[in-house]
Amino acid sequence: MNNHTISISVTNEPGVLSRIVDLFSGRGFNIESLTVAPTMDRAFSRVTIVTQGDDSSIEQITKQLNRLIPILKVTDLTIAEAIETEVALIKVHTKDETRAQILNCVASTGAKVVDVTDKIYTIQIVGDTKQVNALMELLRPIGIKEFVRSGKTALSKNVSL
Amino acid sequence: MSKKELYSGAEILLKSLEEEGVREIFGYPGGAILTIYDALYMQDKIKHYLVRHEQAAIHAAEGYARTTGKCGVALVTSGPGACNAITGIANAYYDGYPLVVLTGQVSSDLIGGDAFQEADIVGITRSCCKHNYLVKDVKDLARIIKEAFYIATTGKPGPVVIDLPKDVINAKTTFNYPKEVKLEGYNPTYVGHPLQIKKALKMLCYAQRPVIIAGGGVLTSGAEEALTTLAQNLEIPVTHTLMGTGVYPANCPKYLGMLGMHGNYWANYAVVHADVIFAVGTRFNDRITGCLKRFAQDSQVIHVDIDPCSISKNVKVDVPIVGDAKNVLKSMNELFEAKKQEIHRAKKEAWFAQIEEWKKKRVIPAVNSDKLSAVKVIETIYETTKEYDPIVCTEVGQHQMWTAQLFQFNKPRRLITSGGLGTMGFGFPAAMGACAGNNNKVVLNIAGDGSIQMNIQELATCADYGFKVINCVINNGYLGMVRQWQEKIYNKHYSQTKISAPDFVKLAEAYGALGMRVEKEEEIVPAIKRALEAKTPVIIDFVCENFEMVYPWVLAGKPLNEVLLSNDNDGM
Repeated sequence: MNNHTISISVTNEPGVLSRIVDLFSGRGFNIESLTVAPTMDRAFSRVTIVTQGDDSSIEQITKQLNRLIPILKVTDLTIAEAIETEVALIKVHTKDETRAQILNCVASTGAKVVDVTDKIYTIQIVGDTKQVNALMELLRPIGIKEFVRSGKTALSKNVSL
Repeated sequence: MSKKELYSGAEILLKSLEEEGVREIFGYPGGAILTIYDALYMQDKIKHYLVRHEQAAIHAAEGYARTTGKCGVALVTSGPGACNAITGIANAYYDGYPLVVLTGQVSSDLIGGDAFQEADIVGITRSCCKHNYLVKDVKDLARIIKEAFYIATTGKPGPVVIDLPKDVINAKTTFNYPKEVKLEGYNPTYVGHPLQIKKALKMLCYAQRPVIIAGGGVLTSGAEEALTTLAQNLEIPVTHTLMGTGVYPANCPKYLGMLGMHGNYWANYAVVHADVIFAVGTRFNDRITGCLKRFAQDSQVIHVDIDPCSISKNVKVDVPIVGDAKNVLKSMNELFEAKKQEIHRAKKEAWFAQIEEWKKKRVIPAVNSDKLSAVKVIETIYETTKEYDPIVCTEVGQHQMWTAQLFQFNKPRRLITSGGLGTMGFGFPAAMGACAGNNNKVVLNIAGDGSIQMNIQELATCADYGFKVINCVINNGYLGMVRQWQEKIYNKHYSQTKISAPDFVKLAEAYGALGMRVEKEEEIVPAIKRALEAKTPVIIDFVCENFEMVYPWVLAGKPLNEVLLSNDNDGM
């Protein structure tokens, strides 16, 4: 069971996302994360799904997705060379004694503070899953109040979709 | 007619159907589709058959599609009408037959507001149809219909649903039926990969114990002849799935009959012991593979299917070929002719001899009872009707399996039965569709006393339109197939399977049909002969033994070579 990042090019029409999500739930596949947004040509959108499975279930997922009519192309980016990234926003409790430590973590991981109140720093990090996880681990002992992750989005280095 | 003339969505719908060559549709009116029924009233090109339940409309359209090779069309209203259609849509989807199902919808401005007779039918049908559309603008309607017919009838065929909001079918625009379809995301593969084809042919030529498994895809692509040529040139025995019945003539040499749960002993054994399995147009349903882990353990598998998803979904395939069965088989035949490839006949002799040996293993007839044996009844129906080359529909259950086992089909599109979804109540309306599409053909519906009651209201439709369906009810007082499982697996706890039925003779008369009851063997032939001459629909109530079992039987989850041949004999 490996994580696979699957990039799906779709016609930008109502209901496409539910077709994809229904397919995953109906056939018992798991969605770890999902991102979607229009491409440069607004007639099309790109959906990035992170899923788990052995080779044969990933093969079925790819084939089943291809069978959906508004889907133009399905690429398993785990096989192709790809850049993968995600965004996380993390709210951290701040006190006088932890402020320097927080700023240290932020600086050392290439994140940035995007909002400041007297009690809360909101930190934004853009990076691969490992980088996001690393920052989370650093901040956890200090006190994470709330966080949100976008899920992975990815683009192949060579093949144009 | 000037090009600028404006038509309502309803008129555009009917004109588009006409462009697609549709002459018959099945349906049921309702509030949301009044405009369409008004437009139907004003024309005479398309004949509408009014059914008594929407489910029957869809099954009838499928029966029509399966027997004519055309696309079936059904029209139902919003909400309950559309929801009643679901089973029919799912049935056509699983068995891969082309339908365009038109559903009414509340006005666009009411959608999402829980309006009267509103149902999110596009959402509901998403996982049980090939594609679906909600038409939002009357200007898109003609294009969508064109696309729907194209999608339904190409690749692996299936049902396409078009949801029609009331305001869209009332709105007016000009009518231009598109000549072409542009669908970037839909390009079925018809031509198989030449190298794979070459490899497959070589494997089959060298094979010592080859077997062909022919599925419904052979029928859909019209590959019967190509298959027969290949099987005979290469001398390969042919077995088939339930959906593949008739694709290889039963009177040809090396015909093994059906395989699977209730398939022939020798067909199952041939598949288990084969060194090369050549599967064409089948998706390896669990009813034909038995225990998956034990299926094709020692054989190489070549699999031809137009749907890439079918390949390596259940059974691991050694040589996958995505393509249309007819195309691929033709290419193989041409290559075989061109290369004058030699087949290793001598090595196969032992295989043929082995199969002949297995053929001696037959079902041991059940103990005699005072009542009619269902097997005897169905055999006699076959013998008495075969000269008419009838279309044989079935419901689902014991009678269905007996029909598949006992009728010898030499042509495709003769056995019309619900394979994938296993829908009780399918056979009778499908038989109506067969009547609508095939003038003067003898149409039988072999049914059980349980399943005939699932759509029995359609007797009225048959009486209205003169559909002379001959319903042969194998009446054993039980939901026989479920009872059979209860007997064997659930300690004879016949939980809720004893089922009563009305007096079918009186019921038939009430509907203006001919009803007969048969209780003795000598009455079987005269009753069928009388039915064949009748001018009305017919029900023959064959009062049969209650506890007859279908054999051969491979219990669910068991490997194919664990075939039971009678109540106490394990057949091995």
